[in-house]
Amino acid sequence: MTAPWTIDGVKHALTAKKRSARELTTDFYININRRNPELNAYLELSPERAYAQADKIDALIAAGKPLPALGGVPVAIKDVISTRGITTTCGSKILQNYVPPYDATAVARLEEAGAIILGKTNCDEFAMGSSNENSAYGAVKNPVALDRVPGGSSGGSAAAVAAGLAVASLGTDTGGSIRQPGALCGIPAMMGSYGRVSRYGLIAFASSLDRIGPFANTVKDVAAVLQTVAGRDANDSTSTTAPVPTYTHEITKPVKGMRIGIPRDYFAEGMDSGVREKVEKGIELLKKLGCEPVDIRMPHTDYAIATYYIIATAEASSNLARYDGVRYGLRIDDPTLLGMYRKTRGAGFGPEVKRRIVLGTYVLSAGYYDAYYLKGQKVRALIAQDFRDAFQKVDVIVTPTSPIPAFKLGEKTNDPLQMYLADIYTVTGSLAGVPGISVPCGKICGTLPVGLQLFGPAFGESKILQLAHAFEQAGGASL
Amino acid sequence: MRISREDVARVAELAYLDLSERELETYRAQIDEILEYIGKLNELDTANVEPMAQVLTDDQTADATLREDTVVPCGIAAEILKQAPDPEPPFFRVPKVIER
Repeated sequence: MTAPWTIDGVKHALTAKKRSARELTTDFYININRRNPELNAYLELSPERAYAQADKIDALIAAGKPLPALGGVPVAIKDVISTRGITTTCGSKILQNYVPPYDATAVARLEEAGAIILGKTNCDEFAMGSSNENSAYGAVKNPVALDRVPGGSSGGSAAAVAAGLAVASLGTDTGGSIRQPGALCGIPAMMGSYGRVSRYGLIAFASSLDRIGPFANTVKDVAAVLQTVAGRDANDSTSTTAPVPTYTHEITKPVKGMRIGIPRDYFAEGMDSGVREKVEKGIELLKKLGCEPVDIRMPHTDYAIATYYIIATAEASSNLARYDGVRYGLRIDDPTLLGMYRKTRGAGFGPEVKRRIVLGTYVLSAGYYDAYYLKGQKVRALIAQDFRDAFQKVDVIVTPTSPIPAFKLGEKTNDPLQMYLADIYTVTGSLAGVPGISVPCGKICGTLPVGLQLFGPAFGESKILQLAHAFEQAGGASL
Repeated sequence: MRISREDVARVAELAYLDLSERELETYRAQIDEILEYIGKLNELDTANVEPMAQVLTDDQTADATLREDTVVPCGIAAEILKQAPDPEPPFFRVPKVIER
């Protein structure tokens, strides 16, 4: 097996004229056409746009001009992120033929930096799921084990990179939807702090939680993509003015002496023994790199799933009210307006989305608001406080990304609560708004990848990228 | 039982969501189990905790939420209307709305 593509590898191939950007794009499309029928990672390809961009890059090379940061790098975009002129379905029947009239800021920034957008990747419907089995267009298969899930909801973005069908990709993370598929497919995957990356053009699921972030084959490439898409955007009032460091430079800084918090609450029951073994080896490796482990408590961890599924579903029920058959997407006709709404939404949404709309509407409804939604918001404050307290003592928090490795397709589809419980290690950081990265940490029995998750304080992306990079360079993936 | 079939039907009506008889019962049972699990939050005394409605603090958003109110040309109205199931430019057409 050849080494996976990296951004530097692409730029070298282009500047050394081994391949033109157009040829490279063709190479990727050939591989996609060969592998995608089996993997189902891509929902839509955008060759017209990709080749137009490739020709621009080739013109730069012909003119002897320097390539921009991501010049000629083939990338994939999760199908919940708007792309002008390219069908964007959110993995839902209700948006089957929707063609956005504008680009998400993150997409525009990638393209301005020279990236070539190959197409849109499959995902759980409206990013709701942990296995990618909730897509209306069929599940994605995990490239490392085809009978298993790639994780979700950004399963297509993870699988595309892991299978070599893109050099990097964008996903979205609301409760673990970038980090968990990254872990299950065996590649680095990151969500920056809440407010780090503009969400303009991201089709909303839960607005106080949703974040856009990268997948790539190396931590350095994750850093490069994050750096490109991060930063203030006048079109998203939740994007902050916090300066964006040069992450690709930050990652080279030494990690010796870094204090790493090991929350014992994360190592309680429910973790697969194979995952535990690899994560413990991972912590040993961090110690060898000179990090100082600190035993910490995060006492509200056990309440995170319950809190998350109140807040996320409440926000989803509100955000998804916009799908009413009037302005875009599916419409099922009825002589009355309300009948048209009900039929359109009943026919257009899949089971998980309906379940969450019902639950979310219920927790917000009169008589239940205080008992559920308000209670959830209060416990969320306690979980965020756990993180602030921990970061008084440590630089980075180290946990497993997922309690279990990639599971078999169909194994958990009939039990939504069991599926939700698999998000235990990722939802905490989502609720707190802190940045998190999953980095490969060995493979169980040599096949099923395990992810090590690193959390940093808000806007402390540099620290976790630095540590993830050092871990990767020290052989973390082959523990 | 935390949630009844009538509750689910009422909530689905609030959300303008047609559900089949079978969906009503499936979701009732599943949501009942989820609410049972969520009930564990009652173990925590939160009487003196301020609810957290969003992540960012005021100093992170003050600049972001207040910008100059400048007119920026958009020019994609036609494209937007093209996405509508039943456009009547420059309007979106809907079924007659007189009574519920």
